[in-house]
Amino acid sequence: MRPSPARTASALADAVRSGSTTAAAVVEESLAAIAHGDGEVHAFVTVLADDARRQAAEVDRRVAAGEDPGPLAGVPVAVKDNLCTRGAPTTCGSRILEGWHPPYDATVVARLRQAGAVVVGKSNMDEFAMGSSTETSAFGPTRNPWDTSRVPGGSSGGSAAAVAAGFVPLALGSDTGGSIRQPAALCGVVGLKPTYGAVSRYGLVAFASSLDQVGPFATSVVDAALLFDVIGGHDPLDSTSLDRLPPRMASVVGDGVDGLSVGVLTEHLDGAAPDVVRRVHEAAEACAAAGASVEEVSVPEVRYGLSAYYLIAPAEASSNLARYDGVRFGLRVAADDVVAMNTATRTAGFGAEVKRRIMLGTYALSAGYVDAYYNQALRVRTLIAEAFATTYRRFDLLLGPTSPTTAFALGAKLEDPLAMYLSDVCTIPSNLAGHPAISVPFGTGDDGLPVGVQLMAPALAENTLLRAAAVVEAAAALVDGDGNAVGVEEQR
Amino acid sequence: MSGVPGHDGWELVVGLEVHCELKTATKLFCGCPNSFGDEPNTNVCPVCLGLPGSLPVLNQRAVELAMAIGTALHCDIRPSTFHRKNYFYPDMPKDYQISQYDEPINADGWLELPDGARVGIVRAHLEEDTGKTTHAGASGRIHGADYSLVDYNRSGVPLVEIVSAPDLRSPAQARSYAAELRAILVATGASDGKMEEGSMRVDANVSVRRAGSSELGTRCEIKNLNSLRSLAHAVEHEAQRQVEVLESGGVVRQETRHWDEDRGATVTLRSKEEAEDYRYFLEPDLVPVVPDDGWRSAVAEALPPMPAARRRKLGALFGDEPVEPGGARSDQVATVVDLGLDELVEAAVAEGVPAALALARTANEAATDADAARRLPLVSYVALLRMEATGELTATQVKTVLADLLRDGGGDPAELARERGFEALSSEAVAAMVADAIAAHPDEWGRYRSGEDKLTGFFTGAVMKASRGQADGKAVAAELARRRAEP
Amino acid sequence: MSATEGTPAGRLTRQEVAHVAMLARLHLDDEELDRFTGQLAVILDHAADVAALDLDGVPPTSHALSLANVLRADEPRPGLDRDEVLAGAPDVEDHRFRVPRILGEAP
Repeated sequence: MRPSPARTASALADAVRSGSTTAAAVVEESLAAIAHGDGEVHAFVTVLADDARRQAAEVDRRVAAGEDPGPLAGVPVAVKDNLCTRGAPTTCGSRILEGWHPPYDATVVARLRQAGAVVVGKSNMDEFAMGSSTETSAFGPTRNPWDTSRVPGGSSGGSAAAVAAGFVPLALGSDTGGSIRQPAALCGVVGLKPTYGAVSRYGLVAFASSLDQVGPFATSVVDAALLFDVIGGHDPLDSTSLDRLPPRMASVVGDGVDGLSVGVLTEHLDGAAPDVVRRVHEAAEACAAAGASVEEVSVPEVRYGLSAYYLIAPAEASSNLARYDGVRFGLRVAADDVVAMNTATRTAGFGAEVKRRIMLGTYALSAGYVDAYYNQALRVRTLIAEAFATTYRRFDLLLGPTSPTTAFALGAKLEDPLAMYLSDVCTIPSNLAGHPAISVPFGTGDDGLPVGVQLMAPALAENTLLRAAAVVEAAAALVDGDGNAVGVEEQR
Repeated sequence: MSGVPGHDGWELVVGLEVHCELKTATKLFCGCPNSFGDEPNTNVCPVCLGLPGSLPVLNQRAVELAMAIGTALHCDIRPSTFHRKNYFYPDMPKDYQISQYDEPINADGWLELPDGARVGIVRAHLEEDTGKTTHAGASGRIHGADYSLVDYNRSGVPLVEIVSAPDLRSPAQARSYAAELRAILVATGASDGKMEEGSMRVDANVSVRRAGSSELGTRCEIKNLNSLRSLAHAVEHEAQRQVEVLESGGVVRQETRHWDEDRGATVTLRSKEEAEDYRYFLEPDLVPVVPDDGWRSAVAEALPPMPAARRRKLGALFGDEPVEPGGARSDQVATVVDLGLDELVEAAVAEGVPAALALARTANEAATDADAARRLPLVSYVALLRMEATGELTATQVKTVLADLLRDGGGDPAELARERGFEALSSEAVAAMVADAIAAHPDEWGRYRSGEDKLTGFFTGAVMKASRGQADGKAVAAELARRRAEP
Repeated sequence: MSATEGTPAGRLTRQEVAHVAMLARLHLDDEELDRFTGQLAVILDHAADVAALDLDGVPPTSHALSLANVLRADEPRPGLDRDEVLAGAPDVEDHRFRVPRILGEAP
């Protein structure tokens, strides 16, 4: 079933700012939709109804007082549960953080609040963002609003599902190897992974620090740009934050792709399902129709991305997740001595996938293996970055599928880690290179479930990326739900 | 001096690892105060508590103090990076330590000991300190404790770890190196050098080998060296232990040992087999530090003169009389430099006070309250020492007036001397007092005249008592000698 | 790690997995040990393509960024309220974090 999305964030914010509706009314509508539909979808770990009502009242007060309530005035936003929210639970989908209330806000959360947005809840996720289906959450899986027997993708499946189900027009996720784009694709919404360093990581609970990036989910490209404008920009609390402020993106979205060159990445077509490949070709045709030059391009090095990623990300994770030791916060399982206490706490607090990755990462870094695995993976990272640099001398953008398939059934890959990891094969290279990439819904597959196409661009080329995304989005609107492209021919 | 005390035919090889807390206002990676002795867990934030989501941002002042240390130790100051050293321990909030590993900011330097020997500096790198653990239970120590309590105020305090080459050959030399390094750290302004507060901590790598051998023996690392004295003792005891093991046909095992001050021995902490696998990797939350020439030279230009240069400058005040290493005068020079009182000596000598006198008063008397002495107006100090040099005041009187000056933070020494009733006794007055003493003690005088020299003290004491301490002891002794020589 | 040389071409052993679990402070029961050994071996086999590449002379990339000298002025910032910090702790005594006995000295 095609779910009906909420009104766009820009429309809602305009209505609140102009006084034609109130933030309180907008937020009540969102809370009612969650109350009605989240029992089935389970997009949220925590709904912050009281907090949301307080924030909405404050926005309305500012509007009434003639103050600027901010560009996202009264817009309900779902925040992935690995972003710290002061005084509100932040679980990362893990038992080990159950009951922990961070004493501070993540920079992106603080910027949301400053912009007048209202955080209505913390969205479900794979435990510590490790997963591609939101099934590894300790608090139960999220279901795909299009078909609740299917996964929403992951790890930001709660955020993607919350937007797809119409609970909220905007959500924040994090993307380490595709955790924004893949669930966006599987849920039929827009998801942007910005350039590494474009958005502050301060207050994002780390999975793999050199790859993690916070980004927006939205029902439209322009809404995604609007949210990116709010959360992006330099943060002195994050040493890896870029000090070049990105230009306002929302204003360039309509600029088109005339004169741009788009490469269709053949390596990403190779393993993808035929119905997904067909959609990618249609999106490429749409770009060509809008004036871009389009041709296929091969970047063989991206084939090594998955292996490199599944050594680098677990290695960093094994270190980032050491602090969950039962000493300062979160879960503690009592034992006679501190080593036994650490071990009992971690054994009880982490789920199987997190343990698997900690083990993999610890092994990849351990004496005798670090050169063969971890250091080798870092060299592959160089190869991929250099190959992209060469490719981007010829192309402004690359295009391909976001995910090799549409949403798969719950439980289908849970016991086969490698099959699950392969879900990220198209999204991982951008993380390794630190480049921006976006998933835009483009019709459905043979199963009637949404297909996402991925656009990739070099570092800090979000503006180009969003322009092309808007062109693809416009073409997608002319595609029917049965998997047949309509309108592309007519458009020509 | 070199060798293993009590064991001929063996050579001692020592390298020291010194951790020095930097005197910054804030911690290495966050804005929490770097302050010793505050209420537990009051100087903490998400970063130094290792809370999920927190990120480190490097303190510029800490980098510059590390560069200052590197400059003072003649190191190459290089582009550097931070790694994570992974190990679980409750005083380590993230369960990894951020430390410079294969690309330290300073490498390949040297330190010159007061005896002229040069000790290689392998590296001097930045890292973060841990929190502080208190052990509850009867012993108050880690072994036998029922449980422990952790305070993270110290967590994230900036440290520079200075690793020497294995160039030290005796316990005394190890001690001399640590003392000299401390003086350098204090002179750079990087550290207060307080070993008792843990702001300077020393570990020693000790091995022994047959004299004449060029191969290094198996080394043991000795921890818990809380003073220069315990450093020298621990090195000596450990060397003797190793020699005894080897002489009885055993092998020294590579291990970490703990110096037990009470027992005067080192005990095993852990063997190499138990060594951790730290799984070092580049810290992804930080970016490299790449000092350019401008930054390097700005740090170098801001550096005050180092102790060795200052000692040479003080030594030069003695002109042709060299300051013998290890002698009393050399100790006085070292004391003056350690306490930063060079200026007092130099100013006094510039105004005509004999160098020996200026050095002695500064190292012996001014040094008793060095903080006050450093604040003393030079003009007051110099005027006072001139009064002693010209014989206006006796040594005893000068010491009394100096104490007044230090107490008051300055003043006119002549005025203070008058208030104390100190007036230089004329030689006639001294002669009269000596005559009175002789008249009062005819028996003793007779024995003194017949050669019983030790009675000098008896008569001097009597004159001092009569003058209420104002007589100059040297003048009294001279008058006694003159009278004895009379026919 | 054990004294054995790294053998990425060889199969991951149960003993190695047990050692890694110890390093990571995780307890695996026999069944988990078997399952993890199998699963990790499959993933490492997949990574064998990467391990087998001849990349001599290719520098490692730890980070996509080319930033350097990101520094903070040495100025105090307000920290956290102690009561708020300790409220989230599993066990507290005397304003400190309480932990069970520690059996070994810090490395």
